[in-house]
Amino acid sequence: MIFINAFLISGLFCFVAQVIMDNTKLTPGHITSLFVVLGAILSFFGLYPKLIEFGGAGATVLISNFGHMLYTGGVAGFHEVGILGLASGLLTKSSLAIVSAVVIAFVLALIFRPKN
Amino acid sequence: MRKEEYQKLVSEYTPKENKWKNAVIAFLVGGLVGFLGQVIVAILQNSFGMETTEACSWLCVIMIFLASLATALGFFDNWVTKCKAGLFLPTTGFAHSVTSAALDYRKDGFITGLGSSFFKLAGSVILYGIISGFFLAILGVIIYG
Repeated sequence: MIFINAFLISGLFCFVAQVIMDNTKLTPGHITSLFVVLGAILSFFGLYPKLIEFGGAGATVLISNFGHMLYTGGVAGFHEVGILGLASGLLTKSSLAIVSAVVIAFVLALIFRPKN
Repeated sequence: MRKEEYQKLVSEYTPKENKWKNAVIAFLVGGLVGFLGQVIVAILQNSFGMETTEACSWLCVIMIFLASLATALGFFDNWVTKCKAGLFLPTTGFAHSVTSAALDYRKDGFITGLGSSFFKLAGSVILYGIISGFFLAILGVIIYG
């Protein structure tokens, strides 16, 4: 059942992140950076596509998916246009997340004031 | 940043049961985010006839929008303090860090504040994502062809 798998994958990653955070001096900034790199490494070993196959959206909502998209974007770029494709293709898949976060955050910053 | 430092201080002085409690909360909340994501994807697939990849892309935008809106309305900081990794590890955390920096530094001006501090918190995710993705992609095309 994909809904339960989504719950398990997403929950498990967050569980590990919380355990790391509580037992070290790392901040959420450290942890998210760590998990992005972990996503790229899992993608490199061909494991991240399997995670997505198993957990569906449970794997794609994680920040690790950002690392996965960067890696696959770079590799896909290389196969399309060669060596320069590593750079030109790297951000193609993750562009969606970056651009939408930037646009939404900018517009909201124009409308709202910080609450504290 | 103050809140994080405070959280760190608190977690240093809390007994072990609290660590487990935190981890269980992170598991449940993080799992719920993934579960809801899957529900949204299923709705997009069944009602709008989308492919899985397209539905996941829309989900990404929806999650970013909801997290940014909750940040702008002032809810998200409290939620993160309570749910911790359950909310900052999904894409919602990335959206939260961008939006909260945008809101906080806007008072310093559009260029010197909003512009220069926009990626103050999310920058490390983008930097280390690109660095690791780039070098692993080079390694990948060398090894796998």
